[in-house]
Amino acid sequence: MKALRDYLSKQKPKFQKGGKFGAFQSTFNGFESFLYVPNHTTKSGSHLRDAIDLKRTMSIVVLALVPALLFGMYNVGYQHFLSLGQLANESIFSLFFYGFVKVLPIIIVSYVVGLAIEFFAAQKRGHEINEGYLVTGMLIPMVMPVEAPLWMVAVVTAFAVIFGKEVFGGTGMNIWNPALIARAAFFFSYPTKISGDSVWIADKADAFSGATPLATAATGSFDKLPDLATMFYGFIPGSIGETSTLAILLGAVILLVTGIASWRIMASVFAGGLAMGLLFNACAPEQAMTAAQHYMNLPAINHLVMGGFAFGAVFMATDPVTSSQTRSGKYIYGFLIGVLAVLIRVLNPAYPEGMMLAILFMNTFAPLVDHFVVQSNIKRRLKRAKVNA
Amino acid sequence: MENLLNIFVKSIFIDNMVFAYFLGMCSYLAVSKTVKTSFGLGIAVVFVLAITVPVDFLLQNYILKEGALTWLLGDAANTIDLSFLSFIMFIAIIASMVQLVEMIVEKFAPALYTQLGIFLPLIAVNCAILGGSLFMQQRDYSSVLEATSFGLGSGIGWLLAIVGIAAIREKLKYSNVPAPLRGLGITFIVTGLMGIAFMSFMGIKL
Repeated sequence: MKALRDYLSKQKPKFQKGGKFGAFQSTFNGFESFLYVPNHTTKSGSHLRDAIDLKRTMSIVVLALVPALLFGMYNVGYQHFLSLGQLANESIFSLFFYGFVKVLPIIIVSYVVGLAIEFFAAQKRGHEINEGYLVTGMLIPMVMPVEAPLWMVAVVTAFAVIFGKEVFGGTGMNIWNPALIARAAFFFSYPTKISGDSVWIADKADAFSGATPLATAATGSFDKLPDLATMFYGFIPGSIGETSTLAILLGAVILLVTGIASWRIMASVFAGGLAMGLLFNACAPEQAMTAAQHYMNLPAINHLVMGGFAFGAVFMATDPVTSSQTRSGKYIYGFLIGVLAVLIRVLNPAYPEGMMLAILFMNTFAPLVDHFVVQSNIKRRLKRAKVNA
Repeated sequence: MENLLNIFVKSIFIDNMVFAYFLGMCSYLAVSKTVKTSFGLGIAVVFVLAITVPVDFLLQNYILKEGALTWLLGDAANTIDLSFLSFIMFIAIIASMVQLVEMIVEKFAPALYTQLGIFLPLIAVNCAILGGSLFMQQRDYSSVLEATSFGLGSGIGWLLAIVGIAAIREKLKYSNVPAPLRGLGITFIVTGLMGIAFMSFMGIKL
């Protein structure tokens, strides 16, 4: 380790301004601060809330993603062998290994493409390379279906990093969550690769139904749904990282204990989803005629464990850059995400999953929510000031 | 009643003037620098749309449509079709309504009047307003109440879009946008991404 440090220190002057490779300063800094804790802290950007270094923040989020990712890999293998009917013959390690081999290329593609653009942009514009992409690059594979073709992953990652992030100036300045932009771009550009029965399970047997619980519920046939515990543990088809609510909650605990994510947002997203689910239950007609009316009868708690609800609530909605910044704004923002997600799921037959679009929608209006919260604070305080005077 | 509510919600979210039809873009792009100004313009558009659409509806159904004049001239008017006049008549109604709004704003909110500047009279040629009347004609709403709720909903949808982007643009002041994209360039990109977010409602059947 010491040899590496010495080597870096020796090379450093060459990369300073005026040195031999002065143009590559940001690339060098990027590698150096990736390998070693830098001795400076974040100075600007809207994510600045305390003195913790951006790198530490991002590393903890990546750590929190690990349980969901590992389970996701295991589940890829599990679903594959389940569909072939060979589950009993395989050991837990071979299940995991199968998933690992399937998922790893997607992660590599996401990181290579995203980081290449990030390095290029930082180099070109002369700013430092931020660690923000470490999280985005991990989130993107986790919201993809396992059968996503790699070139498509590359295209949507490039789109998300360029138009979701770099045009706004990079980490901390974007309006929408880049990982969600990637998923939305994937969804609207290649709809056949992200919906239907054949994309959620790797190399499944033809006779086996690979529909996600959400797709099953949308048809109104609840008797085919897996039971609540199975969905909670996550032995269901779905995007790579989103299936296991249990693993996601483990990540949530890490994020909450370290104070990285806002508990206000997380709690209010779940509250919003639950409230909307209960509302639908209450006003569902006795004799359900259409699929949407059937769907209204789905117990509200099921919404929280199905599909990407928990994943979105814990890792996507709480993004400190794109969420609302004010305290009461966070409650409003989170609650509306939950409400909208369930609303889109139940009422919109075009999209079985509403979480992605609900968060994108509220990302759009987060600045407006903040604006009105700030304005009402100003008004209230002015009133108080007048009374005292 | 349920029908009116459906039309109202639909015209705000699903058939949003800006994100579903890309109408009214000029003032949407030009006046969206601060939330306060854009809110004022948005209210003006809501007001104009909520009045012109029902007025144009009456005009359409009692004067312009084929056979609409029967109430006045008896059966002989069954074949009279004045709908070729609808564009010019709609524009005339809109222009006079905008004059009215302009006078009201100038009298009661002079600060907003100066901020809005040329864009207030330009509402008269805002495509969202004429679009509202023409959609009303095309979709053949059955009563003046339906037309009103459509006009009001479209206006509110437009208001939502413009204050949304204004808040984003206020936040973007802290972003480090590449120089060539500053101003309109980034606004177009933001509009496109907002359009993706609004696609969440597309396909809902009410």
